[in-house]
Amino acid sequence: MKNRTIKVDYLARVEGEGGLQIKVKGNQVSEVKLRIFEPPRFFEAFLRGRHFSEAPDITARICGICPVAYQMSACHAVEDAFGAKIPAPIRSLRRLLYCGEWIESHALHIYLLHAPDFLGYEDAIRMAKDHPDAVKRGLRLKKTGNAIVNLLGGREIHPINVRVGGFYKIPAKSEFVTMGEELKWARDASLETVRWVATLPIPDFERDYEFVSLRHPDEYPFNEGRIVSNRGTDIAVREYEQHFAEEHVAHSNALHSATKDRNSYFVGPLARYSLNFDRLPSHVQDAARAAGLGAVCRNAFQGIIVRAVETLYACDEALRLIDAFEMPDRPYVDVEPRVGSGFGCTEAPRGSLYHRYRIDERGLISDAKIVPPTSQNLRTIEHDLLDLVPKNLEMQKDRLQWRCEAAVRNYDPCISCATHFLRLEIERD
Amino acid sequence: MTELRATTIIIGVGNESRGDDGAGTATARLLKSRITSDIAVLEQSGEGTALMDAWRGASRVILIDAVCSGVTPGTIHRVDAAATPLPRSIFPCSTHSFGLADAIEMARALHELPTQVMVYGIEGASFDEGVPLSPAVEIAIRSVADQVQKQVQMADFEDPSSST
Repeated sequence: MKNRTIKVDYLARVEGEGGLQIKVKGNQVSEVKLRIFEPPRFFEAFLRGRHFSEAPDITARICGICPVAYQMSACHAVEDAFGAKIPAPIRSLRRLLYCGEWIESHALHIYLLHAPDFLGYEDAIRMAKDHPDAVKRGLRLKKTGNAIVNLLGGREIHPINVRVGGFYKIPAKSEFVTMGEELKWARDASLETVRWVATLPIPDFERDYEFVSLRHPDEYPFNEGRIVSNRGTDIAVREYEQHFAEEHVAHSNALHSATKDRNSYFVGPLARYSLNFDRLPSHVQDAARAAGLGAVCRNAFQGIIVRAVETLYACDEALRLIDAFEMPDRPYVDVEPRVGSGFGCTEAPRGSLYHRYRIDERGLISDAKIVPPTSQNLRTIEHDLLDLVPKNLEMQKDRLQWRCEAAVRNYDPCISCATHFLRLEIERD
Repeated sequence: MTELRATTIIIGVGNESRGDDGAGTATARLLKSRITSDIAVLEQSGEGTALMDAWRGASRVILIDAVCSGVTPGTIHRVDAAATPLPRSIFPCSTHSFGLADAIEMARALHELPTQVMVYGIEGASFDEGVPLSPAVEIAIRSVADQVQKQVQMADFEDPSSST
């Protein structure tokens, strides 16, 4: 077989600007490059000299789809630096806000960004003409997630109601109860989503990944827990940088993360699910099994099913939290600033998001480090393509290119976050 | 005419804390002070599902948003979106933020688009955080408000000139 290049100048249905180039010589892939040309945004530098209280609002601007994750990791890191203790009712409301972001982000990715790959449509708008009911369901699910973020966060995009110590203002209980009604529809719709994605023609493609995610003693993880992997990592959040490192690669404006022994690893829904299946309620486990998943999922293309399972979980958990709603005595707790470093890691829809801040005697941030999920997954995406392309060389070029793009979208990459990252080229000389 | 007005909705889209990105919402506020009939004038962030909800059931919708296409700041783009998709060169789509252009095309595919859809794009100069509206954009806002007011005062706002 002759050599060839698969090249996608500008990858669609991912957030931000990036491309992909794959060079094939005979039956061997000689090169896979995820080229990230979205300019770096220097958020870590912007944070230096800013007051600790500004961290949640500044970092929320990194991403339009996962601002809650940035706010949560920022709050937890600052609170860690100050030794602040967050009361249970505020903690529950943070989980509820995170449920909103997962529902909104997962519904968008499942229905508008990833399902068209499996059903053979260029985009969701073309898909909507043939599958109107599915798309309407997805849009309404997304809207339910937005409504939670709107209620607790103050607005859907870049919420403004989160602060170190809690919230600026907590809505009345009656408003949560009203939202519960739509959430009951959303829970049924997300179960229908699990069944629907299970019918999609999903390629067989399993790899032996190192999965990394938070793990909590009792809960499916959002905000808290230890960082664990299926290769024995079990560390406190503050030990993250002793085990994982970022490095520059020439073809990317986004840093690539790896374990300290330079192995790629996988963060996001597959990792979370595979490391925390036992933390899902039994009826959510049943829905996952009925959709063909085991307790561990190693096929990144099945990420769409796992996202649907997580959406079901998020709707279920949001309803549970609303049921158990307890108005905090105050919307936030006062924190006592002190000199030191704080560490935060929470589970953004697309994976673990790590923040570290050093805070000086004036309460100003003297150093910041932010590691978004997409940069942790970049090397894994390249490794998936190195494995995927040789197995599919008999495919027509356009079909192979399609498959490769879908493989990238398995990760719901957020290039904008990572540069703080897609176009595809497969080259066969 | 009364029936038409009852199903007309005006939506200004934007973020006022990002300089000229607030042009759409500023136009909506100006129109709220001028239009005293039962026409709904809304300010929204531009999130697509919220837009689709807002115009659902209306027979006509007028949308005002800031744009950044590289032409002279204050330039007013006017597109009859019922007749033609929004030009991506003026109204780019962003996948993760399901926005105005995506919402219009999705509503069209789902047969949920109002019969009449007029979109005004006001070319901005600066979208930096915390900066005020540019003088050229302030002038354009008043001009768009005048045009929209004139449109809604007519029984029919269909216009043969689809774009400027």
